[in-house]
Amino acid sequence: MTDMTIRPDRAPLTVDVLAGPVSRLRKETAIRWFFFSAALVSIGISILIIWSLVNEAWTFISQVDWSVTWGETGWFPRRGLYDMPTLLVASLIVTIVAMFVAGPLGLGSAIYLSEYASRRTRSILKPVLEVLAGVPSVVLGFFALFFISPQLIERIGRNGWLVIGALIVLTYVALVAGWARNLMKREAGTPVSVQVQRILMLTLLVAGALVLVWWVNGVAETADTFAVKRSGQLAAAAVGVGILTIPLVASIAEDALASVPRELREASAGLGARKATTTTQVVLPAAVSGIVAAFIIGISRALGETMVVFMAGGAADASQFTSSPFDGGLTMTAGMASLATGTDSVVGEGLTFQSLYFVGMVLFLLTLFLNVVAGRFVNRVREKY
Amino acid sequence: MVNVTPSVQDALKGTRVDEDATTATDDIAITVPTAAASSGPQDEPSGDDLVFDVSELSVFYGDFRAVRDVNMKIRRNEITAMIGPSGCGKSTVLRSFNRMNDLIPTARVAGNLLYRGVDLYDERVDPVEVRRRIGMVFQKPNPFPKSIYDNVAYGPRVAGRKKGLDEVVESSLRKAALWDEVKDRLQDSAIGLSGGQQQRLSIARAIAVDPEVLLMDEPCSALDPIATARIEELMAEIKAEYTILIVTHNMQQAARVSDRTAFFSVELDEANDRRTGLLVEYTDTAKLFSNPDDQRTENYITGRFG
Repeated sequence: MTDMTIRPDRAPLTVDVLAGPVSRLRKETAIRWFFFSAALVSIGISILIIWSLVNEAWTFISQVDWSVTWGETGWFPRRGLYDMPTLLVASLIVTIVAMFVAGPLGLGSAIYLSEYASRRTRSILKPVLEVLAGVPSVVLGFFALFFISPQLIERIGRNGWLVIGALIVLTYVALVAGWARNLMKREAGTPVSVQVQRILMLTLLVAGALVLVWWVNGVAETADTFAVKRSGQLAAAAVGVGILTIPLVASIAEDALASVPRELREASAGLGARKATTTTQVVLPAAVSGIVAAFIIGISRALGETMVVFMAGGAADASQFTSSPFDGGLTMTAGMASLATGTDSVVGEGLTFQSLYFVGMVLFLLTLFLNVVAGRFVNRVREKY
Repeated sequence: MVNVTPSVQDALKGTRVDEDATTATDDIAITVPTAAASSGPQDEPSGDDLVFDVSELSVFYGDFRAVRDVNMKIRRNEITAMIGPSGCGKSTVLRSFNRMNDLIPTARVAGNLLYRGVDLYDERVDPVEVRRRIGMVFQKPNPFPKSIYDNVAYGPRVAGRKKGLDEVVESSLRKAALWDEVKDRLQDSAIGLSGGQQQRLSIARAIAVDPEVLLMDEPCSALDPIATARIEELMAEIKAEYTILIVTHNMQQAARVSDRTAFFSVELDEANDRRTGLLVEYTDTAKLFSNPDDQRTENYITGRFG
């Protein structure tokens, strides 16, 4: 301990010595600025897009005669008839029908992949699902127009679909009602997750009941034009959009299911629960936030899908108001795409060009809202486990 | 009379052999408790008294043999502790008692595992039926994302029970010494309970299905000493109704709570050059901790394990 050798003196230490070489500091600063400008450009482009959107939309909002935007007159922008309900209702129809396809099939595949599939089956099925996600929407548009529309929609016929659709919606309402009834029975002081589920269930229940009424009433009233029409209709486009959305819903829902700890499944199995019970009673409730997020993101994807509805929706650049999925119609996206193709000089009345920006802004706000809500749900899953 | 290390001696004194606590202060010897002495290893259980009859049990993960040479005869209303170093396969063996290993795709069992005379791995046996009779408590508290009430009622509901759930929930929570703390907030989320409460909830949940056997996989490893003491008390209380198997890393705990102890170790398997667990010694707890037959047991319990 006492044999510590004393080092020879060194050069006196100054701040400059510890400051490091100037060249290295410059390099650091340059790198920092490079990445900062990359971030700045991306954000800048987004802001510019939003600004141009809002700018032109504002021109529309401030100058348009509002009576032509709300009156079920149909969407005829070249003639100055900017009827928003035409586009909104068509978008709603496509989204709802698409989610009745993508929701059950996507969640079903997610449950199968996460809970039932053996490792080998999974290693085959998951890539297949990912391939489906990679199918260009123009291909699906073709498929919807030349297969789904004639072979699926028109072959079964309007009356057949009326029954099938009503059955699907009834099943859905019954399922949700059962769940809601269970949740309503709880007493005061229930956990937050139960309250969230309650609100969710009520919303879904009301939505389902409305769809049922609309389906049975509205659809029955519309003219049956199947015999002559071979140009696609909203229903075919919606099924196509639904197929496109399946992989997205499935992969997000599967992530949510996979993040449920294995211990919970074991605990349930240890109490003598079968796999189906464990899945529905333990795994699904634990992953409910992620599954809701999957659905919301699916909805926002279906709302924003353009090519399939453009090709198979059964309307060109204008459309009558319709509330039937068996008519041709224009969604917000298809309405924009059909006017703005290949040129910036949109032909028509003074505000035709600006009307597209207005529709674009409505669409942007809707998807933004949905994505923010979905993001909150995803975060809830992350916090819990 | 054989010398034992002070720690184990303390442990034995702690709850089981109170009279020794006063006499053994300067004498480093331990008397074998009379109850255990009357049922030595030669005293073979049989008939209704024999709950598990395990012979030449091995568990494989794929081609890898994780545990070998397990031979145990487990009596009714006994607490059996399973101890040993990490990787010795004690949890694996425990999980094979209610076919929990079935949930691991590559796991496979060889040898005989008779539960009250029935081969648990007979192909006609439904693992779900097995697990309804042989419950399990896990290392980490794992409440379901449901209310306290629904957590406890889960098992009975799964078994098809619809009436009298309130009574089952109350009595299970009482047995698990949790009732007084939660009786006013049964509808609150179980996620909000403390770790120790969650683990007692897990036990209440396991008891609620009225199993014949309770398997406990290191139930106290995530708990503080106070919560641990409560769980140990609980085990002593419910012992009259259940047969309990407990895996523990804590030798003092094994010494305190169990009637018989199985010591597992891990050795290099010459066959495939991998480390495999094996049952080294299985006998009365008092004997295992005071006068083990096997040198490896002696090394482990005296801390000379290497």
